[in-house]
Amino acid sequence: MSLASVTDTKLSRRSILKGSAAAAGAFSFGFAIPFADEAQAQGAVPEVNAWVVIHPDDKVVIRIARSEMGQGTLTGLAQLVAEELDCDWAKVTTEYPTPGQNLARNRVWGNFSTGGSRGIRESNEYVRKGGAAARMMMVQAAADGWQVPAAECSVAKGVITHKASGRSIRYGEVAAAASKLQPPANVPLKDPKDWIIAGKPLKRLDTADKTTGKKVYGMDFKLPGMLNAAIKDCPVFGGKVKSFDAAKIKDMPGVKHVLPVGDSAIAVVADSWWHAKTALDALPITWDEGEHAKVSSESIAAWLKEGLDAPQAAVGNQNGDVKGAIANAARVIEQVYSYPFQNHACMEVMNATALYTAERCEVWTPTQNGEAALAAAAEASGLPLAKCEAYKIDLGGGFGRRGAVHDWVRQVVAIAKQIPGTPVKLIWSREEDMLHGRFHPVTQCKLTGALDKDGNLTGLHMRISGQSIVAGIFPQNIQNGRDPVVFQGLNPPGPEASIGYTVPNLLIDHAMRNPHVPPGFWRGVNLNQNAIYLECFIDELAHAAGKDPLGFRRALMKDHPKHLAVLNAAAEKAGWGTKAPEGVYRGICQTMGFGSYVAAVAEVSVDAGGKLKIHRIVAATDPGHAVNPAQIERQVEGSFVYGLSAALYGECTVKDGRMVEENFDSYQVMRMDEMPAVETVIVPSGGFWGGVGEPTIAVAAPAVLNAIFAATGKRVRNLPLKNTDLRKA
Amino acid sequence: MAKLSINGKTIDVAVEDDTPLLWVIREQIGLTGTKYGCGVAQCGACTVHIDGVATRSCTMPVSALTAEQKIVTIEGLSPDGNHPIQKAWIEHDVPQCGFCQSGMIMAAAALLQANPKPSDADIAAEMTNICRCGTYNRVKAAIKDVAAGGQLGRG
Repeated sequence: MSLASVTDTKLSRRSILKGSAAAAGAFSFGFAIPFADEAQAQGAVPEVNAWVVIHPDDKVVIRIARSEMGQGTLTGLAQLVAEELDCDWAKVTTEYPTPGQNLARNRVWGNFSTGGSRGIRESNEYVRKGGAAARMMMVQAAADGWQVPAAECSVAKGVITHKASGRSIRYGEVAAAASKLQPPANVPLKDPKDWIIAGKPLKRLDTADKTTGKKVYGMDFKLPGMLNAAIKDCPVFGGKVKSFDAAKIKDMPGVKHVLPVGDSAIAVVADSWWHAKTALDALPITWDEGEHAKVSSESIAAWLKEGLDAPQAAVGNQNGDVKGAIANAARVIEQVYSYPFQNHACMEVMNATALYTAERCEVWTPTQNGEAALAAAAEASGLPLAKCEAYKIDLGGGFGRRGAVHDWVRQVVAIAKQIPGTPVKLIWSREEDMLHGRFHPVTQCKLTGALDKDGNLTGLHMRISGQSIVAGIFPQNIQNGRDPVVFQGLNPPGPEASIGYTVPNLLIDHAMRNPHVPPGFWRGVNLNQNAIYLECFIDELAHAAGKDPLGFRRALMKDHPKHLAVLNAAAEKAGWGTKAPEGVYRGICQTMGFGSYVAAVAEVSVDAGGKLKIHRIVAATDPGHAVNPAQIERQVEGSFVYGLSAALYGECTVKDGRMVEENFDSYQVMRMDEMPAVETVIVPSGGFWGGVGEPTIAVAAPAVLNAIFAATGKRVRNLPLKNTDLRKA
Repeated sequence: MAKLSINGKTIDVAVEDDTPLLWVIREQIGLTGTKYGCGVAQCGACTVHIDGVATRSCTMPVSALTAEQKIVTIEGLSPDGNHPIQKAWIEHDVPQCGFCQSGMIMAAAALLQANPKPSDADIAAEMTNICRCGTYNRVKAAIKDVAAGGQLGRG
């Protein structure tokens, strides 16, 4: 079949440029860039600096380095730049520089990585300086024109005024002159208390096209002459393709190519994705399943259980003599908890489009880290970085899946390399997405608590056994067998992921056990299970000591004022200590991670049939500075859906070396009928910048689990909850 | 071959009989607002209206449809994105990543057309679409807002 026969799109290259710009609303997407010389020549507006472009009509384009995946970072970062720029918010649009442009300009836009809730917390200072420097240059350009000192000029909403002479001028009128000035050396920033754009509950900039179907996701992206690919990788991790019979499907409708991808996968390339998938499903493939074909969830659990008592373990946090405290305790409480594999299950499955020639390799993909996507494209193509480019497309969900590992980018490039000159779009089926995730790690935890005769906690040993994400993805960061990220929320006092309790004798250690299932950073990362382990066990200790769970915690938190303040804020808003409605029970917890302090109180009931209803969750968060309270509320609600979906249903089961759950019918998630009311208390205390997208996910599950105990007397220690019968015994 | 009525136009498409409506809409017609999420009618990202009824197009073979059945996709819901549900979505800043929202909006529009004053239980029963970002409470608030405005319905 000829190329022309599958060019069902009526789009020319020009109309792609226009169409994608239109589809992206005011955004100019990276994928316009292959034709950028033309585009830039036509619409050339010089930038004031790397962060700010101002058009003659006063339209302000703010460049955003981080990826937008629903979390609102695009709007929040634009607010920070616009705040310092003193422009008219109504005239603000945004665009993404490409990873290739960033490299070519000495990484002027800094890090593109969008994970770990760090979009705002790590780049706030330099993006604000970008906005402030641009403002200073605009003012200087106006002052130069008027021949007055810049200090005599003021700015509001993109209009510069010289009061003494009664003159004013718009940003659009001076931007070209400003762009020729030297950037200032000293760029003071506003005191956050003076903010008028940042800190306000503004609406997102990117909503309209999401309500009309116009927004172009990676799955929707098209190039002229593009073919479509479906892929099947060996379902047993680490296995390989033994053989496949392409002749069986070569005459099926639309099929163009049947291609090996690496040594473990086969792709079918066809005129449409439906044809590709249909043919792939009919393709006979024999797998060499390799050495892991007998691994099961049970065998993994047995291995991890052994780690709970293993002599060797890496220490994460230690003080006093925990062995002595346990030996001398009036009472010792010991319990084992576990947390299963989870799939990110982004609504948009993994996908990318690639165009390879001997001279150049380009990739268009939803990614949390454009630079990592570019690096993956370069490596897979064998071309130098300078001959490759990656164009970011807004993500249909990321949650960590589209950040550190770009396996789908490597695949699409491996396919494109076999059909040079022909663009190809690879879309995973949902089944492929479920089988080949980068899974939330599997761990178990044995907790041993020592109480004195008055019910005070004198010692705590937390032994975590299980998988290390860092060992799986960045093994070079493992030092002396120790993965520092394993201890999120359990670290010694400090600015990141520190434990909120002072226990006289404490030992938190990790026996690393890495199954063959590839781990990944999954929204909330290790804070998820660590908060469940610690906060549910603290609850157990409080009940064992006959004390109120809030009071028991407070007694351990005197030296942790930020943790305590947030816990108190949640407790107060929820009415902790007051009578709950008939049949409704409360649970409470707190933790700290991704730079922010968070706490929650959940209210649940459990009926005679064991059916759980989560009525309400009150969440409190101290992210230091709240750049957009309305979007923080949405992130808190959303994090609860993600965290509670995992707690209620989430479990990827290993059988015969592969995952069992292949779609949402067996991997259920929370839907609207189970959604509790969420009340968010934002208590920014200033002086630091914490994250928003992830921290609160970690308090949803322990608050609910502690409330379930209050309601039923049943302590759920193994997730997901669906495996526990909550009926009263 | 199939003859379909999509967004008010009658269109001939050359596809195998068992091709799901979703992929006809996306790949033959070229309307990509309707999304693939699961392919097994679980998630609702592919929701379209067929004669006003919210239908998951990923499991609907094109051969099951006739040219008389009126199919409406998100692109055909309103001429300018000004359907009351779309306006409420913007007012409530509902979408996060937005990928599921075409399906959510189509499900919500069909719900209110059939049941202009839904109870919370009605909304929970009818709105079974999956959103991994967790916009459920905003979706619900937007639906209730439109219901309170009384702009939709057959009654």
